[in-house]
Amino acid sequence: MVENFLMIFQALPYLLRGSLVTIGLVGGALFLGFIMGIPMAVGQVYGNKLIANLIFFYVWFFRGLPVLVLLFLFYFGLFSLMGLNLPAFTSAILVLGLRSAAYQSQIFRGSIQSLGEGQMLAARSLGMSKIQAIWNIILPQALRISIPGWSNEYSIILKDSAVSYAIGVMELLTRANFISTRTYKPMPVFLTCALIFLLLTYGGVKVLNLLEKKVRIPGYAYGRREI
Amino acid sequence: MQKGIDKVVVLEVEDIHKKYRGQDILKGISFKVRKGETKVIIGPSGTGKSTLLRCINQLTIPDKGRIWLEGEEVIHTKKNINQFRQKMGMVFQDFNLFDHLTALGNVEIGLTRVKRMDKDEARQKAIEELKKVGLEEQANLYPAQLSGGQKQRVSIARALAMDPKVMLFDEPTSALDPELIGEVLEVIKNLAIQGMTMILVTHEMGFARSVANEIIFMEDGKILESGPPYQLFNNPKYERTKRFLKKITELYGE
Amino acid sequence: MNEFYYFIREILLPSLFEGTLVTIKLIIFSIPLGLILGVLIAVGRVYGNRIISFLCAVYVIFFRGTPLLVQLFILYYGLPSVGIFFSPFVAAVIGFILCSCAYHSEYIRGAIQSIKSGQMMAAEALGMSRVQAILYIILPQALRRAIPGCSNEIIYLVKYSSLAFMVTCVELTGAGKIIATRYFKYTEVFLVVGIIYLLMVSVVTKFLDMLEKKLEIPGLG
Ligand SMILES: Nc1ncnc2c1ncn2[C@@H]1O[C@H](COP(=O)(O)OP(=O)(O)O)[C@@H](O)[C@H]1O
Ligand SMILES: [Mg+2]
Repeated sequence: MVENFLMIFQALPYLLRGSLVTIGLVGGALFLGFIMGIPMAVGQVYGNKLIANLIFFYVWFFRGLPVLVLLFLFYFGLFSLMGLNLPAFTSAILVLGLRSAAYQSQIFRGSIQSLGEGQMLAARSLGMSKIQAIWNIILPQALRISIPGWSNEYSIILKDSAVSYAIGVMELLTRANFISTRTYKPMPVFLTCALIFLLLTYGGVKVLNLLEKKVRIPGYAYGRREI
Repeated sequence: MQKGIDKVVVLEVEDIHKKYRGQDILKGISFKVRKGETKVIIGPSGTGKSTLLRCINQLTIPDKGRIWLEGEEVIHTKKNINQFRQKMGMVFQDFNLFDHLTALGNVEIGLTRVKRMDKDEARQKAIEELKKVGLEEQANLYPAQLSGGQKQRVSIARALAMDPKVMLFDEPTSALDPELIGEVLEVIKNLAIQGMTMILVTHEMGFARSVANEIIFMEDGKILESGPPYQLFNNPKYERTKRFLKKITELYGE
Repeated sequence: MNEFYYFIREILLPSLFEGTLVTIKLIIFSIPLGLILGVLIAVGRVYGNRIISFLCAVYVIFFRGTPLLVQLFILYYGLPSVGIFFSPFVAAVIGFILCSCAYHSEYIRGAIQSIKSGQMMAAEALGMSRVQAILYIILPQALRRAIPGCSNEIIYLVKYSSLAFMVTCVELTGAGKIIATRYFKYTEVFLVVGIIYLLMVSVVTKFLDMLEKKLEIPGLG
């Protein structure tokens, strides 16, 4: 027992550096998903049929494939086919981010559609262009409504990031696995790894809840939170 | 309306007390109901009428007091209480029909699952009960497909199917649109005529007058006064009773 | 072109077929047990005493708060060190059951709590015991309401079954990886693998939609 604690204690800095990598993966993927997800959502709601259909196909593809298959497909296949020679970490961020864009776009789309047409009509009646209306009226509201869904997306991406173990990214699980094979003490190591993930999940969700409180507009109805 | 009153006491309630969050809701309620009798309980809302009915079949456990059904004390032990509840039919203000079952299913389920009657027999009996409340045509409709009045009639049929010794009605028409109240009162009136023993909480004063053997006026967790309808309506002992009756008659009409 | 066609038909598809069968087996073993455990946990959380309810909550928090892959590693690489050995397939199935039931239980719990208290009261007024009321009145309604959420979870499970390969259970993704590595045809192989997943997801989605329609009751849901 004591020696287990000692071993974990010694391994902890190494594992914690892994959680920084994990946080980097999650942050990068969420950011990419965010900046792609918003225009995709807008395109799907306000774009013409061709754009809407293209986005629909993108979403269908990225949501229908397992994250592991996407990772293999892009890391071993498509990226090099495109002449890109990307390190594992960057590849993982891109794949997780492209996939998250599919999910996030649907969160934002739901929020935009829940606003109803009245907001757009009122903005247009003031003489705003469609783009101005989207930027000044629709998105500020839609993004607030999206926070609960978004915090759910955070916890999903965080858990999915462990899959990047499969291409050798030195994140939390990869490092835990590394220590476990060296020390022959898999149980305490993987349990510690699980515990760190647990803290990251609920800690992150807590932070996002605080954010939601901060940007909350009085009298606004918000969606239901999943986790 | 006069009917032959048997001497047998079906239900006896003695000194029921109930507190919620430190506040006394029922402060010692006692009465007896004889076979074939209809007792109507009236009183302002929040007085504890629903709580009293729920205490009688132990859906709410009283803090103090005793209850006898046909001479047997109703005690809240896991095994016994379900036996007693089968013998006390309950009809709720908001129906509480089981939403996943058809009208027929609602009436059947107590028979098959609680009384363990065999399926065909239960179906036969359930259809009979639905006929009695005039709903055999609606047997295969779900609650969401029924009107409020029809829902309440199904819920009466559901309770009656268990062959209860006494029926407890908690404002059975309060959630209904005015034009649907009549059909439900009709069913209850027929039960009274057929000699069902009943306790009925209602604000329908005209109806109370016509079916009650005794009216109990409850206020603030106590029975303020009780007596036959003509006495309570024409010659109440307390000013408060008079005022309540006047107000309620203005609100609900005769 | 001919060579490519030959590769797809004679090499890729046969071995992916084997892998797909393993994937289907993984899913078919995991779904029902995951659902049943999910119901038990949900009921335990809502109707259990304080201890049971607490334990169920801790279970759900752990399994929803950690990656499935970490759970699989604990089952497959961790447990042998305390003398418990599973084959890769069994470890994967157990992992999928333990994880998915935590997610199912949350949908079911939400559904149970959304049912008006009058339903329980009416059941008890008829003389039903708690257990009878839960079994015959509460669950038939709650489970119907939970179908969309649980369907979603089942579809997730179809996709996450690919993680079984990470504990050396060669299912569809694993079979693809092996072929892709041997013939150095990653893009082609994983596109085909992806299409097979898309097909499975579509079929399962269709099936679950049909089930939902079939079980639909007016006014419930
Ligand atoms: N389950 C409960 N928990 C707490 N308070 C309750 C509960 N049920 C009833 N009460 C309170 O008891 C009082 C009497 O309620 P009730 O019996 O419904 O009155 P009535 O049916 O005469 O309108 C009310 O003040 C109500 O708020
Ligand atoms: Mg009441």
